[in-house]
Amino acid sequence: MTITEKILAAHCGKKEVKPGELINAKLDLVLANDITAPIAIKEFRAAGAKKVFDPDRIALIPDHFAPNKDIPSAEQCNLLRQFSREHNLSLYFEVGRMGIEHALLPEQGLVVPGDAVIGADSHTCTYGGLGAFSTGVGSTDVAAAMITGEAWFKVPESMKFIYKGKLGKWVGGKDIILRTIGDIGVDGALYRAMEFTGEVIKKLPMSGRLTICNMAIEAGGKNGIIEPDEITEKYVSKRARRKYKFYKSDKKANYAEVREYDLTNMEPQIACPHLPENVKPVSQLAAVNIDQSVVGSCTNGRIEDMREAAKVIKGHKVHPYVRMIVIPATQAIYKQCIKEGLVDIFIDAGAAFSTPTCGPCLGGHMGILASGERAISTTNRNFVGRMGHPKSEVYLSNPAIASASAVLGRIGRPEELR
Amino acid sequence: MKFKGKAWKFGADVDTDAIIPARYLNTSDPKELASHCMEDSSNPEFMKKMKPGDIIVAEKNFGCGSSREHAPIAIKTAGVYCVVARSFARIFYRNSFNMGLPIFESPEAVDNIKEGDEIEVDADAGVISVLSSGREFKIAPVPPFMQELIAAGGLMAYTKKKTGLS
Repeated sequence: MTITEKILAAHCGKKEVKPGELINAKLDLVLANDITAPIAIKEFRAAGAKKVFDPDRIALIPDHFAPNKDIPSAEQCNLLRQFSREHNLSLYFEVGRMGIEHALLPEQGLVVPGDAVIGADSHTCTYGGLGAFSTGVGSTDVAAAMITGEAWFKVPESMKFIYKGKLGKWVGGKDIILRTIGDIGVDGALYRAMEFTGEVIKKLPMSGRLTICNMAIEAGGKNGIIEPDEITEKYVSKRARRKYKFYKSDKKANYAEVREYDLTNMEPQIACPHLPENVKPVSQLAAVNIDQSVVGSCTNGRIEDMREAAKVIKGHKVHPYVRMIVIPATQAIYKQCIKEGLVDIFIDAGAAFSTPTCGPCLGGHMGILASGERAISTTNRNFVGRMGHPKSEVYLSNPAIASASAVLGRIGRPEELR
Repeated sequence: MKFKGKAWKFGADVDTDAIIPARYLNTSDPKELASHCMEDSSNPEFMKKMKPGDIIVAEKNFGCGSSREHAPIAIKTAGVYCVVARSFARIFYRNSFNMGLPIFESPEAVDNIKEGDEIEVDADAGVISVLSSGREFKIAPVPPFMQELIAAGGLMAYTKKKTGLS
């Protein structure tokens, strides 16, 4: 069995499961945010449910339009708050303590290797970076799971991605996943588990692993997953709030498809408008001017991303025609940025530095684009209208490229900064 | 279930931001969401032109992107009877069955239906017909568990039954 099959089998009390099999799995954690939880809460109440299955296993995180951007958003966040108080939920995170859900939960040790997790947010697949099975679902699934603590799954076929070679400077997890999506397309892994392996992954820090699994959904995947190892152990052992278990794929496990990549000499990768599959190496896009650069999100808002962006921009100024917006994903990352002097670097460069929020990634607030404007962003989607006006454009990149581009006023590399 | 209506055609990879842009997600009111249905798609005037009972026909990977159930809610509340596509993105597929928007996979039908065609979808017989030409196309069979969900009236009704909630 693959790691995904083993975790699913363990959560439905079976010795073995096979792709295509329908199972009912017990969940370790159920997650929703200020956009998706309101519908789940209404459904929960409409069903006449009085009790949640476990008040310590439901995470409600107001992160998308929080701090509340307008009155309707305030009402939605308030619904989460009131529901959490009513049901004594221990995993409600208020503004000032919250962070972007998929950065916050791993950081706080609230998801651990071997878990089965659903979240009413498509980027719930992030936790595969820890060696957990996690997948995005809708609000109704979360409503049912808040009652039963279970969810139905079709066991997915697995696709194996093997990465060989040596990563160049300013190349990381984001470039690996963009390269992969560029290769297989936005439905290249539809309904499937994406298992990321190979010597490159084995050396990759946890931040890069989380970034890769975060964007599995951008290839249509059900989940992304990486076998846990010493790097995982080091990350998890000091934070885990629950027991965890490392699962590994059998050598003889079955894969629907195996793909190999040699990443030596791979340039930083950019996804061009308006699909994450429109991927080009950065050197082909040097003529593209930008109006805004965003560093943050559940994809690239971790401390390693902040350090990378700061290292590039240190001693430089943001181009006069560009707004640079830096958003650490959690309060702990925010504080660490202050401690390490990164905030000074960003502010001295002329960038805005914000409290954690999903904000601009989904065109919510904190950096909406006008008609005809163009952004480079470390976020995960570049659909039409994703960051604002339907006639605006988003290019997706890693933090070093977003930072260098902010200085250059066009898409470019750190090596081009004088 | 039989649905008869006019076909509105959309291309490949219609994402959930095209179906219901995130700028309208500060509410979960179905009518409000429906008023912006397909606003950032290739047919921004969709809501002005469509009539309740019409049918969306799209290419591959319909509903890709976000997990927002607001997308199938907007489509259903707009009065679209059902969506026929070459394939559906995973979460959209799951959401539609959970909340009760009928969706059907039929690559052949998508290839042969033109915008404005009057079509009939016979879910029980598993057939889509184009009324002007009389041509018929097969619908990919719905997995048994999904049929059970539909028969129960969606996931919440199914869950209520299972857990004994009244």
